[in-house]
Amino acid sequence: MLSILFYLFATVAIFSAFYVTKARNPVNSALCLVTTFICFAVLYITLDAPFMAAIQIIVYAGAIIVLIIFVIMLLNLGTAVKKRYTHALAWGAALSVIMLFITNTFIRRGVPTGKLGDVTTQMIHSYGHTELIGMALFTEFLLPFEIASILLLVAIVGAIILSKRQV
Amino acid sequence: MYDYLWLIPFFPLVGFVFNGLFGKKIRNEAVIGGIGTLMIFLSFLVSCGNFYALLQDSEKVHQRVIASWMSVGDLQVDWGFLLDPLSALMILIITGVGTLIHLYSIGYMHGETGFYRFFAYLNLFCFSMLMLVLGNNALVMFVGWEGVGLCSYLLIGYYFEKKSAGDAAKKAFVVNRIGDFGFLCGLLTLFWALGNKGVWTINFVEIAENAHLLESGGLIVTVVTLAFFLGACGKSAQIPLFTWLPDAMEGPTPVSALIHAATMVTAGVYMIGRMNGLFAMAPDTMMTIAVVGACTALFAATIGLAQNDIKRVLAYSTVSQLGYMFLAMGVGAFTAGIFHLMTHAFFKACLFLGSGSVIHGMHHGYHHAHLKDDPQDMRNMGGLRKKMPITFWTFLLSTIAIAGIPLFSGFFSKDEILWWSFGSNRGHWLLWLVGAVAAGMTAFYMFRLVFMTFFGEQRTDPRAKDHIPESGLTITIPLMVLAALAVVGGYIGIPAILGGANHIKQFLDPVFGKAIALNQIEAHGTHALEYSLMAVSVGIAVFGIFLAWVMYVKNPALPARFVASFPGLWKAVFNKWYIDELYDAVFVNNCKRIGTFLWKGFDVRIVDGIVNGTAWVVKGIGSGLRYTQTGFLHNYAMGMVVGVVVIVGYYILGK
Amino acid sequence: MISVYHYLILSAIIFSIGTFGVLTRKNAIVIFMCIELMLNSVNLTFIALSRHLQNMDGQIFVFFVMAVAAAEAAVGLALMIAFYRNRESIDTDDFNMLKW
Repeated sequence: MLSILFYLFATVAIFSAFYVTKARNPVNSALCLVTTFICFAVLYITLDAPFMAAIQIIVYAGAIIVLIIFVIMLLNLGTAVKKRYTHALAWGAALSVIMLFITNTFIRRGVPTGKLGDVTTQMIHSYGHTELIGMALFTEFLLPFEIASILLLVAIVGAIILSKRQV
Repeated sequence: MYDYLWLIPFFPLVGFVFNGLFGKKIRNEAVIGGIGTLMIFLSFLVSCGNFYALLQDSEKVHQRVIASWMSVGDLQVDWGFLLDPLSALMILIITGVGTLIHLYSIGYMHGETGFYRFFAYLNLFCFSMLMLVLGNNALVMFVGWEGVGLCSYLLIGYYFEKKSAGDAAKKAFVVNRIGDFGFLCGLLTLFWALGNKGVWTINFVEIAENAHLLESGGLIVTVVTLAFFLGACGKSAQIPLFTWLPDAMEGPTPVSALIHAATMVTAGVYMIGRMNGLFAMAPDTMMTIAVVGACTALFAATIGLAQNDIKRVLAYSTVSQLGYMFLAMGVGAFTAGIFHLMTHAFFKACLFLGSGSVIHGMHHGYHHAHLKDDPQDMRNMGGLRKKMPITFWTFLLSTIAIAGIPLFSGFFSKDEILWWSFGSNRGHWLLWLVGAVAAGMTAFYMFRLVFMTFFGEQRTDPRAKDHIPESGLTITIPLMVLAALAVVGGYIGIPAILGGANHIKQFLDPVFGKAIALNQIEAHGTHALEYSLMAVSVGIAVFGIFLAWVMYVKNPALPARFVASFPGLWKAVFNKWYIDELYDAVFVNNCKRIGTFLWKGFDVRIVDGIVNGTAWVVKGIGSGLRYTQTGFLHNYAMGMVVGVVVIVGYYILGK
Repeated sequence: MISVYHYLILSAIIFSIGTFGVLTRKNAIVIFMCIELMLNSVNLTFIALSRHLQNMDGQIFVFFVMAVAAAEAAVGLALMIAFYRNRESIDTDDFNMLKW
């Protein structure tokens, strides 16, 4: 059951991701991106990470994609002309294939070992994923959390400054 | 009281900052001059207080540190002051004479455009000189040493619009630099040598305490002291570095009086006195100093015989008297050297200020008659004693003092030096002979100066001769005070043989006594010998005066006949033995030639070639690499990915 | 059975697709979306390995990646609007002022 679920959503994710790069209309790209993100969210659930799946949907599919589509609409971008063959296409394809090959080799060769933590499946089920995330975030990772909030504030200010016509 | 030691250099610094920053705005000469004089007078008062406290105190060496300067390893350098009898005497001379000269300058510099500038520099000079004298370690002394050099440069070049003044300032600076090089070499070598013995210090007191670690009479101590002596030569205008001092007379006369007669040029003597513990350990250096001092005394005196510029005569006289001080230091008569330094400061400052008063009057006369004659040329003077009575009498008293006539201050100090150069175990009768002859010449040319200026017919242009007034009070008061000091200043050092207590010797004993006793320097001889030497030197001086009287008052045609009979000799003396020309030919021109070669040959071809070649290569590479910078985002992104792939691939596949 | 390797391989594939998109597309917004793809593939790796090692740290990291991605989206899109206002285009071929 889990295998079928994984293979189904992995296939959909790969195809929709590929279509993100291929679609000539940016709106289509954006919609395919949403599809990919939702597939990822499902995969997160299969990994016993329901909270991550939720914020994947909320932040990525909800906020970022909406923002992107909003900008596409705002700028009124048309469909790209059908491109003829370019050097960039060949180079890009070659490089990504090489990269895939290298990472594949690495993954196949290596064994992900390390000190096992105490967050077992039973623990997640008994405590709840959200609570575990919250515990870690507000105890051990409190300072990075605060810094991230400052980063977001800076980003807001930066975005306003950049988009204003006259500062 | 000693806790207020820092105030002594601080007051002139305040004056310098005030006049330097606001003087141009204020423009009021009374305020500027008043501030300048008041500041140095305040430090004179503090000096007096410290001097008095030191007299009462049984402990004679006091150090006060106001701040730490640097602390490197075992070496600790402070902004510290040292008060001992030597520096106490020096600060009294500097601030006392300095106050009088500041006061004098108010009158003398009246109406000059750079009035505030002059006072600012003068205050800065006093500050530097006091730092030099009071510093408790060699680095603080060096700060003052360089500071007085700078002020000397600035003040010689005070009339910088005149080319000769600018040249003289540069000459003084460059020649002093050679001396400073010696000073630094000596300091660093001493530091290294003492450090090798485990004592990393440049503090004078500690140097004196640890001097015994070095081998007495050894190579190191000789080299160190010779290097220090080179520094002293530069600052105090001794052979071979004396040529800058006569040229320094381009500066205003108060500057000549303060810097180039009373204080700065004696810094070399002071420095040797400060390091007496080291110098006493190096008999070879002492010998060199004595010989150089004696030669300078004689040599400068001969040049002084034939000069016609009133200030130049005094300049050569200063060089000659400095030679006496070095002679004293060289034969181990440290006290006599410092004593002569003090009396010389009084009478030479008075002489310079008197000559300034004369020049001032002459200038006034020529200005009135719209003439452009040289107001400093003695051939245009004569008969001024009735026009300028105060100037004349003070000048005459100082001249008698410098000539070494008994009962005047110069006699006691000079005679002490001559006695030591004969009787000391570091002395020699030849040194005495040279000194005595130079003393005779001194008497001769000084009285020649007096006779040509104040006696006989007035040779001034008739249109100007009746408009030469006596100078005002600000000028005559310092003259009178200094003349009085020139007369009585010697009474603190009446030698035992004349029934005196020689107070100054006892006073300075804590500074010099140890080194003198340790190295067994002493003057010995019978009283009869001492009396007869005294009589001979007085006789020579009187003879010199008589000769001057014969040649310049009784029979004024004699000098011309003398010149006619020895034309070559006279010409050589008149042209200062062609020393400047010799230096030009040997050092200056060759330096210029080397400089020109380095400029046209080395700098233009090789240095510029390397620089231009580098630029050319970079330009070539740049124009080649420019093609890789397309400006398209994709190419950069592609480059990044290629880089990532290569690096990651190397780490993953390469292993 | 699905192992951690499956997730890693999937992640590698998506990452390569993202790289391909960044290198080949000329529309700045599409490039931006491809970068988001790459970030997501990394997130997947983090979560997969976090699960495998029974440790929460990887998921916290994903949390921060999302925060950074959100900030990046805000600033990046603002940049694009600013650029579009000047050039009437967001084609990267018009991003050629780096040359000077």
